[in-house]
Amino acid sequence: MTQIYQNFFSKTVETIVCKELCVERSGRRIFDNISFSIKAGEMLLIKGENGIGKSTLLRVLAGLLHHQNGKIEYIGISDQEDYPRHLHYLGHKDPIKSALTVREQLDFWRAFLPSIFESNKERLSTFDVLKILDLNHAIDVPGAYLSQGQRRRISIARLLLSPRPLWILDEPTVGLDTQSEQIFMTLMQDHLNKGGMIIASTHVEMKNLPATPMHLTQDGLIKIEEATVE
Amino acid sequence: MNSFLVLFSRDVKLNIRSGGGALLSCFFFFILIAILPFAVGPDLQLLSKIGSAIIWFAALLSLLLGLDHLFKADYDDGSLDVMLSSSMSVEFIVITKLIAYWCVNALPLILITPLLGLMLNINFIEIAILCLSLLIGTPALAALGAIGASLTIRMVKGGVLLPVLILPFTIPILIFGVSATANIINGQAYITQSLIYLSGISLLCCAGAPITAAYALKRIQ
Repeated sequence: MTQIYQNFFSKTVETIVCKELCVERSGRRIFDNISFSIKAGEMLLIKGENGIGKSTLLRVLAGLLHHQNGKIEYIGISDQEDYPRHLHYLGHKDPIKSALTVREQLDFWRAFLPSIFESNKERLSTFDVLKILDLNHAIDVPGAYLSQGQRRRISIARLLLSPRPLWILDEPTVGLDTQSEQIFMTLMQDHLNKGGMIIASTHVEMKNLPATPMHLTQDGLIKIEEATVE
Repeated sequence: MNSFLVLFSRDVKLNIRSGGGALLSCFFFFILIAILPFAVGPDLQLLSKIGSAIIWFAALLSLLLGLDHLFKADYDDGSLDVMLSSSMSVEFIVITKLIAYWCVNALPLILITPLLGLMLNINFIEIAILCLSLLIGTPALAALGAIGASLTIRMVKGGVLLPVLILPFTIPILIFGVSATANIINGQAYITQSLIYLSGISLLCCAGAPITAAYALKRIQ
């Protein structure tokens, strides 16, 4: 099983190198000189005070915001412009429509987010994904009747519907109960075992995961420094 | 093509189901036209003279009614973030959403126009030309509205600002749309000319607006 796992993401992004990233928004410098690199199977945990720019950094990495200086290199793919096909972005908000059932929303995302693989055989079906997340009983429930935790789990389901090597997660565990959090930790571990990458911002301790914590701090200009790993 | 169908059918579904507002613009259109004769008075000649202008103006207002939700609903719940960070081009997303919006909101208006034309005592040839000019002109209205929708996406009261921004730019569409039918009454043969100008404007709007709206969506984040 592990053997298949290790080669799962072998033909996609192997390393992401971020060099001297600088982001300004309407004339205000948010951060300057952010450099890091992340390899297949690694996880980066971004910590920092509220309002320091964690979400902004993640949005820049997801390609939703532009950066003024520096560059992000995706080693392992030939077309650098094609990087969005290799990442999943999970933001604060859960993109759930009240009028659609769980099956309809997930079928939409499954079809809308193309797989990086040629064939479809690596892709899980909507039902399988819901089963993993213990939501299969809610498959025909409209979005309007879902609880906060269920909405979060459906957002997480998106990550599994289309296999992509890089997960960018902004406070992914908000709203999850202990049991779902445990399932999610296992899913992240699985993803790393497959050779995936995770960049996450969180306040929750993720003890069991091999994560490298980074501290986003404000010293006049905001810098990212490697915190001491215990 | 597949992703077009996927996004298109989702948007159509969301528009038709509760809270989507597809039927709302259709009813609004009907009510506007049904009420206007009360203001104008029971003058059949006058009504048939200004009938097509009334229908065009009502179509304009009804189409703008739901347009502020074109991107805002997806922006508010984070769907737009996922779409923009996917590999799909933003222009493609804008065009697809626009086509879906047009099919659900504008097409029904055009379909009930013959009935409303009869209510306003417009003759049959004029109704036919009117439907044709609406068919050509409404995509341009929706496309212009998409620019407004992308610019007002972060505003709480965007629904009010959008018509203020967009209505001045709809004047050429309104002029050529209505004049396509007005020329018939006077027995002149300029029908085709107005329709050709209208088609030109419509093509320009439909080609330019998605690029503009996509640029705004990318920058407004």
